[in-house]
Amino acid sequence: MAITFKQVEFTYQPGTPFETKALTDINVTIPDGSYTALIGHTGSGKSTLLQHLDALLKPTSGTVTIGDRVITPTTSNKDLKRLRQHVGIVFQFPESQLFEETVAKDIAFGPQNFGASEADALKLAAKMLTLVGLDADLLQRSPFDLSGGQMRRVAIAGVLAMQPKVLVLDEPTAGLDPQGRLEMMDMFARLRHEQQLTIVLVTHQMDDVANYANNVIVMDHGRVVKTGTPQAIFKDPQWLAEHHLGLPKTTAFAQQLIARGMTFDEMPLTEDQLAAALVKQLPTSVLGGGDHDE
Amino acid sequence: MMSKMIFGRYIPGNSLIHHMDPRAKLLLSFYFIGIIFIANNWPTYVLLFAFTLLAIKLSGVKWSFFINGVKPLIWLILFTVVLQILFSASGGQVYFQWGIITISQFGLVNGVYIFCRFVLIIFMSTLLTLTTPPLELSDAIEYLLMPLKVVHFPVYEVALMLSIALRFVPTLMDETEKIMNAQRARGVDFGEGNIFQQMRAIVPLLIPLFVSSFNRAEDLATAMEARGYQGGEGRSKYRILKWHGRDTWATVTFAVLTVALVYLRA
Ligand SMILES: Nc1ncnc2c1ncn2[C@@H]1O[C@H](COP(=O)(O)OP(=O)(O)OP(=O)(O)O)[C@@H](O)[C@H]1O
Ligand SMILES: [Mg+2]
Repeated sequence: MAITFKQVEFTYQPGTPFETKALTDINVTIPDGSYTALIGHTGSGKSTLLQHLDALLKPTSGTVTIGDRVITPTTSNKDLKRLRQHVGIVFQFPESQLFEETVAKDIAFGPQNFGASEADALKLAAKMLTLVGLDADLLQRSPFDLSGGQMRRVAIAGVLAMQPKVLVLDEPTAGLDPQGRLEMMDMFARLRHEQQLTIVLVTHQMDDVANYANNVIVMDHGRVVKTGTPQAIFKDPQWLAEHHLGLPKTTAFAQQLIARGMTFDEMPLTEDQLAAALVKQLPTSVLGGGDHDE
Repeated sequence: MMSKMIFGRYIPGNSLIHHMDPRAKLLLSFYFIGIIFIANNWPTYVLLFAFTLLAIKLSGVKWSFFINGVKPLIWLILFTVVLQILFSASGGQVYFQWGIITISQFGLVNGVYIFCRFVLIIFMSTLLTLTTPPLELSDAIEYLLMPLKVVHFPVYEVALMLSIALRFVPTLMDETEKIMNAQRARGVDFGEGNIFQQMRAIVPLLIPLFVSSFNRAEDLATAMEARGYQGGEGRSKYRILKWHGRDTWATVTFAVLTVALVYLRA
């Protein structure tokens, strides 16, 4: 499902002294099947934009087209359910949305709201729990007895259980342990391939952008300031710094190599790309010598 | 939702009224409610309205906030006014009579007066809350409750509870909004369907709110203990209330207003 923003503006609490303009003239498309990373300095409007993907917020002016539904400032709040079934949002710190007596019931809550039978929903819950890397014997536990990281996974399972076509993730791994982060991110990427999902990821981790995304939207002060492939975005470190953004670790390392006189045809974003680029530049005699470490 | 809850929220400003001592503002607001009952004819009401509107003008807050302050209470006000018109003792010309219901000139005039009283009280208390940060207000209450310490009333604790409660109102509202959105995204329809469905929709909102409030309370208590909080007795203050010349002048103005009212009343 593609999502298109046309001249979208959004203002919080319009007509009061607390009026904040959060989005200005947004024109952007999230292509069907893409893995889109949404990056930007804190307060740049990422979370506000996300809430438009599910019609939780409606534009103050302009239109948002989600699949074949068009959301305008006057769209009624009724009848948005079908839309919300297709777009699953994992909010920042989603563990705060848990409320049921057991983990199984909480995960089954979404599917049941969208019309699944209790038995089907519970079956789905068991499947999703393993998918997010938790043990099946947690199913009958209270979600409030779990550790923070486990709660996070249960909340994510609750969104996955809705089987959305578009999965929206607002910093899903913030505060998780490094191993858990890696597992989570790999799981999302795997799901995308298996189920042809469209993923929208908000993150401050440039490494995640480099490793997983194929499309990047950069926001600053409520505007979209650049869109493109990760390659195109990370080409210009100076521009990134101006917008309070960093580089992926690998790219930063490559930049240091460049400063010492090395050149790359294409900026390496991941470790694999960097390794390949370096191997290409090594004199053949060294490669023949064999005794180099990785 | 947030925008609807805006009444009574502090609106930063730089006016004379904003800079008044919160104790003066609080006391004078109560005093004003008292002297409204001196008024009993149209010159006195005109004077009170002129005074209130002048105070509002001085504060520099938009008129619409005050009108909006009246709106949620309009049905209560109209109900009281209608009761007053229909059932007050007859006097003057009688326009309509049916059983115990009488519409008389006296009743109509009284109805209008009651309406005016409501509006004046709402305007003045709205002015108080719009121009005073909640924490200053709770400092003022703490100060004014101080005499109750003689009877071992826990003034510091009550004041602390009050300021913590006030401090967390906006946080709780943000939290509510966030959890509502998260549950909406999981297919909950708030405010739709019959009353039973609506009650059921509240559960996924209330439980997370309670859980997070208890967690926050616990964190706050731990943080306070970690920083050595041991009760309010003898603590020095960060915000110190200061009585200025303008507060004295405001008090004098109210005294003059009272004299004028007594002089003008029938
Ligand atoms: N409920 C709200 N009411 C009023 N203003 C808001 C609200 N939520 C966000 N804002 C404002 O809108 C702007 C954009 O906020 P948003 O939450 O979209 O930023 P963000 O890019 O997600 O930041 P972060 O990376 O810190 O999560 C900010 O200036 C913020 O103060
Ligand atoms: Mg955000």
